This record gives sequence, structure tokens and C-alpha cells, in this order.
Amino acid sequence: MSTTEIRSLSAPERRRRRGIITMGVLGLFALALFALMPKEGQPVTYSFVLGNEWVLIKEWIINSKTGSLIFAAIALASVVLAALQFRARKTIRFASSIFGVSFLMSFLCWAAAGKFIPFTGLLQGGLLLSVPLIFGAMAGVLSERSGVINIAIEGQLLAGAFVSGVLASLLHSNWLGLLFAPIAGALISLLLAVFAIKYGIDQVVLGFVLNVLVIGLTNFLYKKLLIPYQDTWNAATAFTPIEIPLLSKIPLIGPIFFSQSIIVYLMYVVVTIIHISLFKTKWGLRTRAVGEHPTAAESVGIDVNKIRFKNVLIAGAVAGLGGAFFTLGAVGSFSKEMTAGKGFIALAALIFGRWSPLGAVAAALIFGFADNLQGLLTITGTPIPSEFMLMAPYIATIIAVSGFVGRVRAPAADGVAYKRGGGSH
Amino acid sequence: MSLELRGITKRFGALTANDSIDLKVEAGEIHAILGENGAGKSTLMNIVYGLLSPDEGSISVDGKVININSPLDALAAGIGMVHQHFMLIPVFTVAENIVLGHEQVKGPGFLDLETARKEIARVSAEFNFDVDPDALVEDLPVGIQQRVEIIRALIYDAKVLILDEPTAVLTPQETDELLKNMKKLRDKGAAIVFITHKLREVREAADKITIIRRGKVVGTASPTASQEELASLMVGRPVSLDVDKAAPQLGEVLLTVDQLNIHDHTGRALVKGVSFELRAGEVLAVAGVQGNGQSELAEAMVGLQEHVDGKITLAGVDITRSTVREALHSGIAFIPESREEDGLISSFSIEENLILDLHDLPPFANGPVISQSVVAENASKRVTEFDIRAQSAKDAASSLSGGNKQKVVLARELSRPVKLVVASQPTRGLDVGSIEFVHERIIAERDSGRGVLLFSTELDEVVALADRIAVMYRGEFIAIVPADTSREELGLLMAGVKR
Repeated sequence: MSTTEIRSLSAPERRRRRGIITMGVLGLFALALFALMPKEGQPVTYSFVLGNEWVLIKEWIINSKTGSLIFAAIALASVVLAALQFRARKTIRFASSIFGVSFLMSFLCWAAAGKFIPFTGLLQGGLLLSVPLIFGAMAGVLSERSGVINIAIEGQLLAGAFVSGVLASLLHSNWLGLLFAPIAGALISLLLAVFAIKYGIDQVVLGFVLNVLVIGLTNFLYKKLLIPYQDTWNAATAFTPIEIPLLSKIPLIGPIFFSQSIIVYLMYVVVTIIHISLFKTKWGLRTRAVGEHPTAAESVGIDVNKIRFKNVLIAGAVAGLGGAFFTLGAVGSFSKEMTAGKGFIALAALIFGRWSPLGAVAAALIFGFADNLQGLLTITGTPIPSEFMLMAPYIATIIAVSGFVGRVRAPAADGVAYKRGGGSH
Repeated sequence: MSLELRGITKRFGALTANDSIDLKVEAGEIHAILGENGAGKSTLMNIVYGLLSPDEGSISVDGKVININSPLDALAAGIGMVHQHFMLIPVFTVAENIVLGHEQVKGPGFLDLETARKEIARVSAEFNFDVDPDALVEDLPVGIQQRVEIIRALIYDAKVLILDEPTAVLTPQETDELLKNMKKLRDKGAAIVFITHKLREVREAADKITIIRRGKVVGTASPTASQEELASLMVGRPVSLDVDKAAPQLGEVLLTVDQLNIHDHTGRALVKGVSFELRAGEVLAVAGVQGNGQSELAEAMVGLQEHVDGKITLAGVDITRSTVREALHSGIAFIPESREEDGLISSFSIEENLILDLHDLPPFANGPVISQSVVAENASKRVTEFDIRAQSAKDAASSLSGGNKQKVVLARELSRPVKLVVASQPTRGLDVGSIEFVHERIIAERDSGRGVLLFSTELDEVVALADRIAVMYRGEFIAIVPADTSREELGLLMAGVKR
């Protein structure tokens, strides 16, 4: 195609085109891996364990060479499908998800030759690692869609983790601990809201300082209280998983999604509510309005800073709830800096997901899965260093943010403090 | 319904933007508020609309004093406004923009856009507006965006409609259409406040005229007054609306632009296949509605655009890939359209702003050290030459008025050895006195044998200064026509209609 033809395409079309080209290159890469494999393949065992599903699939053994070839072929076929749909000016979402799955399977067949892959466990673990990322990213959606940059997600998560763990231990009730997690997150948000919205302080600097504050405070309390008085202060145990009747019996999906702790179910609810509210309700319309063009919102009588204030508080509550997953959702007790930068990764998921709730969830799931996969491959041993696996999603984020897959557009007024009557005289 | 303002005063620090203004607007009339840029018209209307609160004075509707503390109060009192910078959210649809702030809901807060769609269709049909409720606002041309604002005001049943400089972004034909609709609304009994500084439109549409100068009402006039009378009331002294100029003394071809294409970073074409020649001693004015690629073309002349194909030759030298510094030193003076952001560093002093381009060269720089005495000496020369009114040249540029800021830019840019002057919207937002100064200066540059490439969205300015006119539409030079082309034909060209 000549250059003039490329330029006659619209921006989303060019983005899709680049997407298809990228998929094609990756698909060929998968084929190349197949070609580089030793002549005789080795068996790969995928096991599907646990649960009381209706149909029990125990395991599936495939020759690494055959599997790798089959999935690489499916991947390339989906690239062709995507190209055809692009020609017909249809969405390529379906073809690209087929591509994603088959490319990954092809890669797994190659990487795990002669090994044993607990497949269900891999997905389940991936979901669990995504939970705090999803809560964090939802906090980001709530606050940034209304125009306030939330770098303090990390601090909100950590505050939620600390407060829920400690209170569950002191009050001997996980439910009370869980109840206070959002309040802890909202308190951190209150500081963000007051200084960023009321006093117009730089939101990035402020968010960062809040993170340092929470890390310092929890470290101090951990050392002075949680270690010496562990039995009373830090002895909470995790929630036990709840099996949803019927749903948990669906093969494969059931044990992954419907045999989880209460916090995971709350996550489904939170994501659904935020997604629907943001695009279908009065609150959502106003939130997006003040995040895009606050002066216009003010001109039709909307109190910009009030909406921002509320949203930032709710964002903190959501992140605080997510923080409880570190303690009550996973191990029970609190440990020093246990959020380990997940708040920042949630921020990356928010950007990768283009500030949309479902996009951010998808990004968080990819990040969580990649994290879990690299853990597994480190244990089983693979041809490539696992650290590179761990880097992959972040490299993808950098590529996404740099505009390769089309320009990522933040809410137009994100990070800009609003002052009434500011610019107009 | 009538609107009455009594003794409205608004101060911003030391500046009194509105000084006890009285105004009465009756139902069924178009009341024009005429005043120069910075006279305080927009401040007054933002007070009426509740975006600013007055320090003193009262607003009454139908003889009853009302309190307007927010736009909600204004809307409730039947006052609607079409803003100069549209108050629309680009990523929302027309219907979403219209319901914003007045959302109808069903169930637990779910948006109901159906009623709005019907209302939009009704008003749209009544005025032949042809607005699709589900179109994204950012995809609509500015003329249609303005209609969306009018529709919004009408749906909320505005009896008093304020239009703040509504014609600034319109083509002459769109302007005519707007004036027609304003009359239609008036005949239906609305009170219309029409804020403008364009004399022609005032005379065409207004029933009454109130003139504001430096925050005060200085008089009223009838629409039958001549343009000269109105202008002198507005400015406070007699003004001549024509620019005196002799026939151009054309020299050699100075600037050749050949098949110039400019893209933004996503690959979208902003300027397409522009070719032209400019001779020494000639003013080529590029006319067009704002946002048709003029800004990008102007910037490309001095190397400020990134993705440029084609060829720009200045006096035989290819400058297409020149850096900004190389372009300036090869003999281009550049007057950017946003003087506050691109023309000056506001927090720097006037004398520093005057040497931004040459600060690292002798005589200003002596090795790594800038010689303060030479800088001061240069500043005092320029201040006299360009009549820059400032307390001291050591004051920050931000302390100057718009006209004096532009004089600082001119003084810096025209004091290098210059072959070509590229001026982008050089009089935007200036008072009449400063506009006269800039115009005279541009003609003087032309007469001294320099080429001038002028970009302007003001048709009056284009017609007054140009020796030839290029009309730009959607990134293309749709035509290059002689300076005596009729306004009507220029208007059609600006709307993309070729003969």
C-alpha cells in the first residue's frame, strides 16, 4: 500500500491495522519457536484439578511439537480472519482474542515441553493476583474520570490492608475488619481531596507524598505493635472461599471464578456497578463532564469540585476494600509493605485500559496472569529467564502509553485543579 | 420578559472591569453591546449568567430583583447564554451535552435521553438546524456546535438569550444565517443580547446599541448610525477604518512553497498539497475559518511543525528542514498567533523578551555572559521605536496590555535582518489603536520590500491589507484570488464552495 492510502484511513482504523500487523509478527514468531524445537517433541501435561464440577476433566496430554504447531496455526488463521474483518470494516475484537489465547497456548507448549502445567490453578492464581490490581484500577477510574490524578492508590491499598488486618485481629471478626478497610482508604483520599481540590496542590506530588506517608506509618506501627504483640494485633486469618451453588460446578470456569472469597465477589459487584454507572447514569455523565471540561459543566450549574471530592472519596474506599484482599483475602496477617507496588501497577492497568472500567479490568487480568505464569515457569524451569516474562506486560504498557496502538487519551482535565470563574474575565 | 441591570460593578484587583453599568433589555428586541476587546462585555455577561458575582449592583427580571449566584439561577430565571468558547464537552453526544445538568432519570439514576432527543428534533426542525442528537460534538463543525448551544438555551426555555461574540468563528454565510435566526427568535418574543465588536453585524441586526468602553457605558446609538460613528464611540476618538496603502512595488519571487503537506503525530493530514509563491513587497493574506490548517502552515514556515513533506524555499535557499533558529536567522520574522504563550515569556522582563532570539550572540552576549548594559540600551531604543507603553523595560512582560505585548513581539521580530514576515492573527484580541499600529507596521514592512505572509480569520483585516488572498479550507488552498474579490465570494470559498 502506498503512503497516501494509509493516511486516508481514520485513526482507529490505522490503530487496528497496526494491531493486525503486530499479531502477524507475533504469530510468525510462534511458528519460528516451533521450527527451533528439537525434532522429537516431549509430552506436555495440562491438568485441570480440583472442585466438584459436573464434568471432571482430569488432564490433557499433548506432544509439545504438535501442540505448538496447532496453536501457532490457529493464531495465524485468526490473523487472517482479523484482516478479512478489517477489510469488511468490522470489529476485530473476536479474532484478536482467539489470537491471544492460541498464541499463549502455543508458547506454553513450547516453554513447558516435558513438564506439567496445572492449568486451572494457573488461571485461578492469575485471577487472585489481579484482584488488588482491579480494585486499584477502579479507584483510578473513579478519581481520574472526574479529573483528579490518583497516584495514591498504593497508599490506599496499603492502608486498607493494614486496617482490615489489624481490626480483624483485634475485634476477632473478619467482617468488621473488612468493613473498616474502605474507611481507611477513604481517609487517605480525604487528604488527597482536600489538598488537591480545595488548595489546588500538584496532584502527582501530593499522591506520591501520601504513599510515602502510609508506608512510613504502617512500617512504624508494624514494628512497634504488630511484631511485639502479634497474637493480639496481627493474628487474623483469611476468609474461607465460598462456593456459589450451581455456578461453581461449571467445568473450568466454576472453580476459577465461583469458588472464591467474599472479596472477589465484591470485586465483581464493584466493577459491574462502576461500568454501568459511568456510562448509563446521571452520576456517570456528570463525572465524565467534570473530568473533560469542568468549565462547561459549571456553566450548566454543576458543582465541579463537589463531584470531584465525592468521587475521590469513593475511589479511596474502593482501593481500601481492595487492600483488604492482601490480608483477609489471602494470608490473614499484615506484613510490612505488603502491597509491594501493586498500586502503581494498577495505575498502569488503568492507562493500558484507556481509563475505561472494563479495559482496566482486562489489563489487570493480563498483568495478573503474566505475573502468575512467570512464577510457575520459574519453578518448572524454562528456556528463557522468568524475569523477562515478568517484564512483558510492562513493556506492553509502555508501548501502549507511547501511542503505538493509537493515542491513549486521558480525560482532558485530568490533573488540572478547577477554580470557579478562573479563566473568564 | 425584560432584563435590567443596575449599577453593576466588578473589580479584579486594581482593574475595574465593569464600572456601575446600567442596561435594560426588552422582550422582542436585539440589543447589541458593542465594545472593544477588553472593554468588559464578557465580564458583564458572565455576571448575568452567574459565572461571576458582581461586587455591586443588582439584576432584575420583569422588574423584580433576583439573585443570581450560579448558572442554575440564571437558567431558572429564563436567561440562556451562547458562549464565545463553547461550553460543550467534545467527547459527548449532542443529546448528552444538552441534558447535562438537567438530566432526566428513570429507575435508580439511569439516564433518559429519549425526551432530549425529541426536544432536539423539535427545535432543530423549527429553525432548520439539522442537528443529529447522537452525533459526537467533536465531530461537528463549529457552526453546528453553536447551534447546539442555541438549542440548549431554547430547550431550557430561555426568554433572554445572550450571545457572546457569536460570529467570531463563523464564515460570512454562517454569520448571515445566525443573524437571520436571531431575528426569528426576536420576532417570537425573546430578548436577545448580542455582544460583539463587529460594526457591520451590529448595524445589520441590532434594534438598540449600547456602547461600552473601559468598563463603562459611554452611550447608546441607533442601528442607522454609520460605521465611523460607532467606531469612534467605541474607541473614544475618531478612527479611520481604512488602511492607507499605495500599490505594491513587486520584487523578485521571495518565497516558494511547493506541495506542502503537514500531518499530526497520528498521521492525520492538517495541510494538504499547498503551493504558492510570494514576491518581495507583497502581502499574501491567508483567509479562512479558524482551524482549517492556517496555524500549522504558519508554524511550518519557521520549522515548528514536525511532520512536513514538500519544499519551502526562501530567497533560493531550501528551509524545509531548517530548525527554528536557522529559519529565523535566514530572514523570517515570526509573529505567532498566541502572543502570551508562544510570543513571549510572560514572567521575563520586557528587555529580556526583546533579546530572546539573539541573547547568545554579540553584542548581547560577551562569551557566556549577557551584557546587561547592552540589553538595556537595546530595550530603550525599541521601546521608543515601537511605542511600547510600560513603566519600565525591567517590568515583567505579563504586566503589559495586549497591544503592548504585541508591540514587544513585533519589536523583537522586526529588528533582525528580515526578508519575510510571517504574521499569524496579529491583531486578535487587540484594541483598535493597537490594531491600527500593527496594520501600519505590516504595510510599512511591505513597502520596504519585505514579503508578508499574513494569516487572519478576520475578513476585514484580510481585505484591508492583502495584495492577494489565499483562502484555506480543510488544509487546502482552495483558491488564490485578487484583493478586490467580493466579500460574498470569499465567504463561499471559506465554506469550501469553489466556483
